[in-house]
Amino acid sequence: MSSQHPEQQAEQGADKLPAHTEEERREQPVVRKGMFGARTTGDTSGYGGLVVRQSPKVSAARPYGGPGGAAEPGEFDAVADELERAYPDFGDAIDRVVVDRGELTFFVKREHLREVAKTMRDEPSLRFELCSGVSGVHYPQDEGAELHSVVHLLSITHNRRVRLEATCPDADPHMPSLVPVYPTSDWHERETYDFFGIVYDGHPALTRIEMPDDWVGHPQRKDYPLGGIPVEYRGAEIPPPDERRSYT
Amino acid sequence: MSSTKYTEYDAYAAEEAAEGKVFDIGGQDWDQVVAGAEDLGDERLVVNMGPQHPSTHGVLRLILTLDGETVNECRVGIGYLHTGIEKNMEFRTWTQGTTFCTRMDYLAPIFNETAYCLSVEKLLGITDRIPERAEIIRVMMMELNRISSHLVAIATFGLEIGATTVMLNGFIEREYTLDLFEEITGLRMNMAYVRPGGVAQDLPSGATSKIRDYLDRMPKRIQALRKLNDENPVFKARTKDIAYLDLTGCMALGVTGPVLRATGLPWDLRKSQPYCGYETYDFEVATQDTNDVYGRYLVRMDEMEESLKIVEQCLDRLQTAKGPVMIEDKKIGWPAQLAIGADGMGNSPRHIAHIMGTSMEALIHHFKLVTEGFRVPAGQAYAPIESPRGELGAHVVSDGGTRPYRVHFREPSFVNLQAAPVMSEGGMIADVIAAVASIDPVMGGVDR
Repeated sequence: MSSQHPEQQAEQGADKLPAHTEEERREQPVVRKGMFGARTTGDTSGYGGLVVRQSPKVSAARPYGGPGGAAEPGEFDAVADELERAYPDFGDAIDRVVVDRGELTFFVKREHLREVAKTMRDEPSLRFELCSGVSGVHYPQDEGAELHSVVHLLSITHNRRVRLEATCPDADPHMPSLVPVYPTSDWHERETYDFFGIVYDGHPALTRIEMPDDWVGHPQRKDYPLGGIPVEYRGAEIPPPDERRSYT
Repeated sequence: MSSTKYTEYDAYAAEEAAEGKVFDIGGQDWDQVVAGAEDLGDERLVVNMGPQHPSTHGVLRLILTLDGETVNECRVGIGYLHTGIEKNMEFRTWTQGTTFCTRMDYLAPIFNETAYCLSVEKLLGITDRIPERAEIIRVMMMELNRISSHLVAIATFGLEIGATTVMLNGFIEREYTLDLFEEITGLRMNMAYVRPGGVAQDLPSGATSKIRDYLDRMPKRIQALRKLNDENPVFKARTKDIAYLDLTGCMALGVTGPVLRATGLPWDLRKSQPYCGYETYDFEVATQDTNDVYGRYLVRMDEMEESLKIVEQCLDRLQTAKGPVMIEDKKIGWPAQLAIGADGMGNSPRHIAHIMGTSMEALIHHFKLVTEGFRVPAGQAYAPIESPRGELGAHVVSDGGTRPYRVHFREPSFVNLQAAPVMSEGGMIADVIAAVASIDPVMGGVDR
């Protein structure tokens, strides 16, 4: 039984949002308890017992459709079909496929990332000749896949975009470098290494790029300590932003 | 290898910091340097150009290995303007994010805001519900901003190769564009004008006629700039066949924008992947096939003329397209319209009277939306736009909260700057300046 309001359900259906069952949600790890950042009895909002779980990892079902919607097979299906044909290890390499908000994402196992990218670039029917960059995301609660490396590819030939996402655990932050396939990812990977500590194997010169060379730590990680601000009043200190009361 | 002695306070005197003889140049000591270099009998010279150098387009550091005046190796050092904008945005509401990202590429603030807002709107699923008037204003502001940005590109380019007249002319016209921004948004730069759901406020009365005056004036001024540069033998000598980069190079290095269009490929996201209703405007994509600095200059000039055409169409549409400039959805749209009061820009007196005097619910609503903000469903989106420098996109990740979980900007300056070595190695040191200037990197965008 779903606890959703029928109107909300209809809205979700119309938006083609992935529908999660309640059981699926309940199995997810807890990401947040309470509200407004209050962890003591000081929370009089009534939200103290709130438990927010991580959203489940869903994969889209066929047909994937296109940027306009998933009502019928579209260009996303064509991309997936072509990749499946051109890359024999497709089933092994692609963890899941997500179609969300008119964008297609392949979750690629990291050991296959470079080969998949090469196929994406070279196969005439795919021909993603331009890499729009690499962006890291840190999900500390995503156990075993804390660090994500997100690559946006653009095909000028077919006028399409696709996103490749690969993950690696914090304990072994290694990822194959895409520089041999897309030389443009040189600086992007240096930046992601700088900010997240993902080590791109095979990168020609993986050094810090934005932070000073002798910097300690990787600032964009969620566990990176933030500084508070001492104020000139009886030794008080404004707490760092992640320890302040807030609405999330 | 001999090495000069350092005092213990020299921060750069790290062990084996450099191989060979190190000269610390403080100005007015060139005779010593030249005499010292002559002793070595070695033509190879490593020069740190920047980060404090007038012609490196901001705090860009170029590490050049020179053989005489020929550049053998060019390495680019960046990060001197890193301000952690992406990290900061994770601790502010979705709307406050525009105030941060507008400061990245400070010559194209409207583009930063729009790229961010389009991604947030895609995450919210409200792309189709943005009011028509807001879309038109966004397009108009972007095109005006493209003109001002290109004017600075050409002006600083002129200055860097030694043509002060070009600089002065470019900056004068840019000033008129910034006056329009001030008129419309209240600020000349870093406006935070484009917000998720629309724009901060409608055009003030009188703005339209000022833009019309601007449209009358600009074609002549662009023509004057063209007369000054297009066939100028000195200008052409400094730009023709300089910093060659062809289509293959651009693809490999991810280069977009005027540099790509100067290779002959008409790739412009406004045409190929339209957003904000660009498909309904009549304009051409400017291209050149020279692959050099001169071609990039011509592309920028053509683009300014095309932008003027788009602004004119926007003005015509604004006459008929009345209505709100912020999404009607009360759960997302900013509750207050701004107005000029006795003490400057602020919430309009009518709105204040409403929330303070007549409606408790409106006050609560205002307070919640302004302090807490709205929630964005979990997921990620990437909605790129064509900025003056190329593809600008924000990869925005939400965890369902009231603040971005992660925002990453694909900054065209950052990407295109990677092409500096390939453009300048093997050439003369004077052409390095032309090469970097033709990429037109803005260090605020490169370092973020």
